[in-house]
Amino acid sequence: MSAPAATAASAPGSDSALLEVDGLYTHFELRQWGFLRTGTVRAVDGVSFTLDAGEATAVVGESGCGKSSLARTLLGLHRPTAGSLHFAGSELSSLGRADLKAYRAQVGYVQQDPYGALPPFMEVRRILAEPLIVHGIRRRAERWQRIQAALEEVGLAPATEIAGKFPHQLSGGQQQRVVIARALLLRPAMLIADEPVSMLDASVRVEILTLLHRVQQEHRLALLYITHDLSTVRHYVDRAMVMYGGRVVEQAPVDALLRHPQHPYTEALLSALGDPDAANAGRPRPVPGGEAPSLIHPPSGCRYHPRCPHAMAGRCELEPPPPDFRPRPEHRVACWLRE
Amino acid sequence: MTRWRDGLAQIRRYPSAVVGLLIIALLLATAIYAVTAIPYSEAQKLWRGGDAWQELPVNASPVWTDRIRGGEAPRTITASSDEVAVEREDLGAARLETTTLEVDFPYGDFPSEINLFLEAEFEQRQPFTRVHWRRPDGQEIPIEARRVGERDRFSISQDRQLESRLGFAPQIGLLTDAEPGTAEPDVLQGTYQLVIETVHFEEDARLHADLVVYGQVHGAFGTDHQRRDLAVALLWGTPVALAFGLLAAVGTTVTTLIIAATGVWYGGWVDAVIQRLTEVNIILPLLPILVMIGTLYSTSIWLMLGVVVVLGIFSAGIKMYRSMLLPIRQAPYIEAARAYGASGGRIILRYMVPRILPVLIPTFVTLIPTYVFLEASLAVLGLGDPVLPTWGKVLHDAQAQSALYHGFYYWVVSPAALLMLTGLGFAMLGFALDRIFNPRLRSL
Repeated sequence: MSAPAATAASAPGSDSALLEVDGLYTHFELRQWGFLRTGTVRAVDGVSFTLDAGEATAVVGESGCGKSSLARTLLGLHRPTAGSLHFAGSELSSLGRADLKAYRAQVGYVQQDPYGALPPFMEVRRILAEPLIVHGIRRRAERWQRIQAALEEVGLAPATEIAGKFPHQLSGGQQQRVVIARALLLRPAMLIADEPVSMLDASVRVEILTLLHRVQQEHRLALLYITHDLSTVRHYVDRAMVMYGGRVVEQAPVDALLRHPQHPYTEALLSALGDPDAANAGRPRPVPGGEAPSLIHPPSGCRYHPRCPHAMAGRCELEPPPPDFRPRPEHRVACWLRE
Repeated sequence: MTRWRDGLAQIRRYPSAVVGLLIIALLLATAIYAVTAIPYSEAQKLWRGGDAWQELPVNASPVWTDRIRGGEAPRTITASSDEVAVEREDLGAARLETTTLEVDFPYGDFPSEINLFLEAEFEQRQPFTRVHWRRPDGQEIPIEARRVGERDRFSISQDRQLESRLGFAPQIGLLTDAEPGTAEPDVLQGTYQLVIETVHFEEDARLHADLVVYGQVHGAFGTDHQRRDLAVALLWGTPVALAFGLLAAVGTTVTTLIIAATGVWYGGWVDAVIQRLTEVNIILPLLPILVMIGTLYSTSIWLMLGVVVVLGIFSAGIKMYRSMLLPIRQAPYIEAARAYGASGGRIILRYMVPRILPVLIPTFVTLIPTYVFLEASLAVLGLGDPVLPTWGKVLHDAQAQSALYHGFYYWVVSPAALLMLTGLGFAMLGFALDRIFNPRLRSL
């Protein structure tokens, strides 16, 4: 488990970034009859960003924008089509079997559907023991000690009682806590949370987000918080990235992004947010029209141009904007308007 | 696993499951009794036939059939020279020994056979024996007089000369006072004596005699054409049938399940190869292949079991399991397992297979009698294991000896009933389990 950390120290040219993603592409071939290529899904289409140790970053975008594919690629569940992925200084695609396994211990994964994420035929004790068994912790007593600690950390007490239950005997919030406990068990350096609260009751969402925030702060974890809901972002992360059509269109510290959105799509997302002011309840808000772009046949040029109210004819539909215009010092935007 | 515990608790609510379990428990108890009471090697030896059975009648019905008919049929009576005193008379160069064996015959029907087994101990000169039969009314009938070998037997009921003297078959003529030629002679009940006069020419010579008056009924299950007690085969057939059925069902189900899960997990060419193999194997007929192997190679039951399992691996079950496993492969918990580094083998065995195991239990239970019947079918076709007593071989013998034509119904009925009972027990349990573990069927 210490292999990536060891390589991190010796790897030349790596700065403080824990995760460096550069020009990452994840495409899926569509095939007919197993061999005829009928198309390509460009789920992740040239994404670059860095994530520092202990930093929380949100990935925001509507469904089908490629944010879950990005998460799965980072977890090593999908093989990237192109681009590089450096974790603690070592290139992910060059890792051997054992190193890949060690990398997986370094990355915790919290899924969207807590019930589906837990094998229904295993007791909580067994569910939590599995990652430890996989990573070679043979002694039962040691496993139980770590399981107990993890359960208590996520606020599931008494641990002995919870450990004897099956997932279906727990509430949605408790299930998600078990999922978080499982993600923390191997003492990871990074946590990837893919829509961790979207399937929970509104009443427990804040609890789970607060819990994630707390463990992130306590363990100095790098957190990649994937969500479609900008409203859950503000208090829990340091930075935010907005994805659209498989690309990152804007990234900035979260306050700057929410106060001064630079990309028309970010503006549209923000305007779609609920307004807590009762006086404005009846006022119609401008909402982005049209549909999410197809990832099989994406629009030419800027992916957002068919829906963009500011699209410049002869420019936006022809040339894709580079992702690093800097209209403000802390912003990086892919939009010709900010050239 | 609560699912299992709940399922087992529910069994009590299904009467068919309870009856099925009782039948299976009964069969298991029989099997355990058979294996402990008659060791494997002993069972093999007994089933080979021979001297062990010489005191049993041929093709005797079970005792209970006689109870139904009124209880007149004779049982087997034996009398041994060990139990009676011997009169000795010195003749100078030789010695005359007279042994009188007494047989009390209270039955309303004639015995099926009468044999006298003799064992003589001597150095050079064989003793000379003369045998007569004394009826309760005092009449003496000479039977035979000749030298006796070391292991000898006077087949009294096969004696053609005696038959012509008596005017009846000896086992009838010796036990009646009717005139020769009477159509339906009556049994003369009472105490009969067989007088054995032996002349020994040596000091240490001895003669041991056993008279067997064979009955028409025997034991709970009767005997076959080789005098073998069918109880041995029916008892020992139980563990053999259960073991064959269980091992074949376990062997095929487990391997099929694991292979289906492997194909689903790895996908691609692995899955394609498994699918094509299955499709080819499905259309191969099992029974003719087994008949071929049995005829050309060996009919050992373990070989048959192996072939059944091997041919059962790529069976239609793979298609069913595959369809059940495909959605499970996409389950988030499997993605999570991959994310924390579980290997392919672990995911197959720990995450995919256990998920569908409860659904498979009913199929598995109903599969067991299928293989029991298969083994019996092979035996009926004459491809049974050459040394093991099984239900199928009893049926085979019955068929070969035209049991039904001769009216030996018991010979066919008992093994067939046991086979049906096995099928019934497992089927009843299986159907109930199906309802318990496949809740969609429960409302029916």
